[in-house]
Amino acid sequence: MGLLLIEQAFNGLQFGVMLFLIAAGLTLVFGIMDLVNLSHGSLVMVGAYLATTLIEWTGSFILGILLALPSTFLVGVVVEIVVLRTLYERDHLDQVLATFGLILFFNELIRIVWGPASLYSGLPESISGHVEILPGVPYPAFRLLIILVGLLVALLIYFIVARTKLGMLIRAGASNREMAGALGVNIRMLFTLVFGLGASFAGLAGMMLGPLTSVEPGMGEPLLILAFVVIIIGGIGSIRGAFIAAVIVGLVDTLGRVFLPMLLRSLVAESTADTVGPALASMLIYILMAGILVFRPRGLFPARTG
Amino acid sequence: MILLALIPILIQFLEMPVFYTEMFCRIMILALAAMSLDLILGFGGMVSFGHAVYLGIGAYTVGIFSYYGIDNGFIQFPVTLLVCAAFALVIGMMSLRTSGVYFIMITLAFAQMVYFLGISLEEFGGDDGMPAYRSTFGGLIDLYDPLSFYYFVFAMLLAVLYLCHRIIHSRFGMVLQGCKSNEARMQALGFPTYRYKLAAFIISGMICGIAGALFANWNEFVSPAAMHWTRSGDLLIMVILGGMGTLFGPVLGTVLFLLLEEYLPEWMDALLFPGAGEHWMGVLGPLLILLVLFARGGVHSLLGRLSLRHG
Amino acid sequence: MKKIIAPILALTMLASPLYAEKVKVGFMTTLSGPAGIIGKQMKDAFQLGLDHIGNAFGGMESSVIYGDDQRKPDVAKQLADKMVKKHQVHFVTGIIWSNLLVAVHGPVTRSNTFLISSNAGPSTVAGRRCSNNFFSVSWQNDQTPEAMGKYLQDNGIKNVYLMAPNYQAGKDMLAGVERYYQGSVSGKVFTKLGQKDFQAEISTLRASNPGAVFVFQPGGMGINFVKQYKQAGLMGSVPLYTAFTVDAVSLPALKDSAVGVLGTQTWSPDLDNPVNKRFVRDFRKKYGYIPSFYAAQSYDLVRFIDHSIRVAGGISDRDALRDAMRLGGYPSTRGNLKFNNNHFPIQNFYLREAVKDSDGSYTTKIIDTVFTDYGDNYAKDCGMKW
Repeated sequence: MGLLLIEQAFNGLQFGVMLFLIAAGLTLVFGIMDLVNLSHGSLVMVGAYLATTLIEWTGSFILGILLALPSTFLVGVVVEIVVLRTLYERDHLDQVLATFGLILFFNELIRIVWGPASLYSGLPESISGHVEILPGVPYPAFRLLIILVGLLVALLIYFIVARTKLGMLIRAGASNREMAGALGVNIRMLFTLVFGLGASFAGLAGMMLGPLTSVEPGMGEPLLILAFVVIIIGGIGSIRGAFIAAVIVGLVDTLGRVFLPMLLRSLVAESTADTVGPALASMLIYILMAGILVFRPRGLFPARTG
Repeated sequence: MILLALIPILIQFLEMPVFYTEMFCRIMILALAAMSLDLILGFGGMVSFGHAVYLGIGAYTVGIFSYYGIDNGFIQFPVTLLVCAAFALVIGMMSLRTSGVYFIMITLAFAQMVYFLGISLEEFGGDDGMPAYRSTFGGLIDLYDPLSFYYFVFAMLLAVLYLCHRIIHSRFGMVLQGCKSNEARMQALGFPTYRYKLAAFIISGMICGIAGALFANWNEFVSPAAMHWTRSGDLLIMVILGGMGTLFGPVLGTVLFLLLEEYLPEWMDALLFPGAGEHWMGVLGPLLILLVLFARGGVHSLLGRLSLRHG
Repeated sequence: MKKIIAPILALTMLASPLYAEKVKVGFMTTLSGPAGIIGKQMKDAFQLGLDHIGNAFGGMESSVIYGDDQRKPDVAKQLADKMVKKHQVHFVTGIIWSNLLVAVHGPVTRSNTFLISSNAGPSTVAGRRCSNNFFSVSWQNDQTPEAMGKYLQDNGIKNVYLMAPNYQAGKDMLAGVERYYQGSVSGKVFTKLGQKDFQAEISTLRASNPGAVFVFQPGGMGINFVKQYKQAGLMGSVPLYTAFTVDAVSLPALKDSAVGVLGTQTWSPDLDNPVNKRFVRDFRKKYGYIPSFYAAQSYDLVRFIDHSIRVAGGISDRDALRDAMRLGGYPSTRGNLKFNNNHFPIQNFYLREAVKDSDGSYTTKIIDTVFTDYGDNYAKDCGMKW
């Protein structure tokens, strides 16, 4: 039981960092540009498709990923310039409608270009093996790699935001957009850059999801909802909050899914437990979010207000 | 204006197959739901991303009654109102502690919980849903007759339009709109804004519940799909598309959205190449974006501006 | 009002060519959205069937109305209304999902139009709500997992770990397995519908050290699960038995990951009969991929309607047409099929293994016959006698 708990904690952490990669871009864009971007999940899908195709073309996993990252960045930049740029001054609801339109567009574009079937996306031999994280507990090496990459990216984002000139501008833009602009910061460029970065992180998440899950049109939407849950719990605009919330959501969802039905089975009749347990496990993160919001209406780490 | 527009459509039915009556029933039912959402969204500034939950609850109330052999609408509809009011009270009490995007997400959270609850209701078919019979009204109206059903829904729509009109222009409605533009000021004026907003939230939930009850009647079927989060998203889009904060905007938006959904594939098949219709969402998406970029305030204001130019 | 409509309708009917007998078939399936791939396969197969019958059901002038149900029950109901009331079709068919079938079942069968399922077979429709206007050319939902349960039982497999998504079909699937499998169950897990990552469940599964695993994870979920099962190193060490999880829709996305996975089904591309051989050959030639069981059922549908109209000698007499349909014996990809009293086919169920073919493509091969001429368990609840 103890070993299983530790292994499940690893699973939860891995799910958490994956969510963080998606949520990071979302919370930056939301916090800094005040833009509700529903189409962020589509960027996860775009990343997964680009990586899968580029890996197949180049024949190399690393090369494919390295090419897919700047490609997703470019897609993000183009979307920002063509559609989103005009939306910053608009109502949140206008943004919701327009970015919902983007979701439909991206899903159809993918279906037209790649067809409606799921793509095959495998792993190179070198990382498809196992590592023994504890005696007797083999763990897929690729999942460890995801945890590692996720943590590195989290550190990188923290470093960029806290230590670099770009980060300073981002923080300035987040706390007071007009003032930063008045002080001579090229807000337009900054926004484009931030959006591109956010897109690359989402794309990276998609690339790492590819070998694990089915690469198919619409694969981003369920993740988008989860990413929104994460940034809401964490507090909009807060990278630290997003990271902590992502890990909490990852752990609560994973551990809840596994242990809640077990727990219920020891408390009530099996047939009742089989009905209630999985339903409750599915609701768990929403209960968590609602609970947190009732007591902290602006999330765990309310960002500086603008 | 809209009422006038509806009447010629009605007359046209006389030459058209019954299917169109049924199609417009669905449009009117979802328009009801969109109107209920607009009451809190357009007038109260509360963006509910889980409004389909009341559609589902209303539908399930009728469905469960029907399952136990109680088809009497005089029982079903009042109970639907009560059940939806109770749900809206609980959800609203907790959700209204937050605002803005947090409110969007907390309403979504509650809707998801009820959705998963619906999926686990094995007795009532779970995800597969269950068939429901149309309500009876002691022989007064036969809902199985398409025209009777149409006028029944139409009457409901008119009643709710009138109700919303009255609410918006009442003192209550004024306070609600005041909360939207500046809640702090309303509080400073001594209005208990939380209670006003909660009341609006409950009324909205009840209206949407009626739409749900009608939806179950129309579909003769109930399933959790009625409260999937994409349905809540569709309702939001119908409201924004038509023009929020207006009485007729949501109706316009629903008509437009559902007609596009119905005819866009056919037009694409005819204009582009056979089979192009499968990709209708790829056209709808950019259409929505263009609408946001170039027609602020939805179709309602677009029409308004056009008629100004002509007049 | 009705009094005004009726004569006008009659007039328009006289004026239109509808008056001359013409077969109309409404084919509604899921073409848009993530599940669009299944709908595409079904539509492809349907059109191949049309090619094979010269675009003429029963040799008569025919037209097909296609529709996209978006996998939403209310859209399906509206489409069915449109097909029945506007286009006045004789047959409504093509539906993939149980909940959509339940949603249109009442309205279509009551309108005296034939509803033919080409995939889903929920228990209510097979049992107490069976209708003389409804036929299935596929199977009843419980049969496929029942076959799996029977195989596990007969082969003395012990300690099976069961897993399915937490929705009605998932629960029915596990109940189906347990109806025939009497051995010990080392774990039973209901996962989230639409789940992407099964690592947590796989960790728990490994910890409980089962003798075999049975999963039902349709569509994208199946691709996710099988990939992750393989990556967890369990493939090969704990045998994986499935239903509706590994098929020609998911195999191109799974490739090597799925080789060796076992599953039950009524059909397989290598099923040895002339109709099936022709179907698989022509399908691969026309569309360039291996057909799935969805495609085979959709093809059967065309042959079923075509054959029945020929036997009945037309479509004007609904009762004669129904009698012809009940005879079965149409050229099916599954050989000669008879119908049960509830209008579901009585057929064989096979155990299939996912393999890599000699030409490098991934497909399934039949390795055992589990049930011969098997009818479903709900037929007894259906009051229909003929």
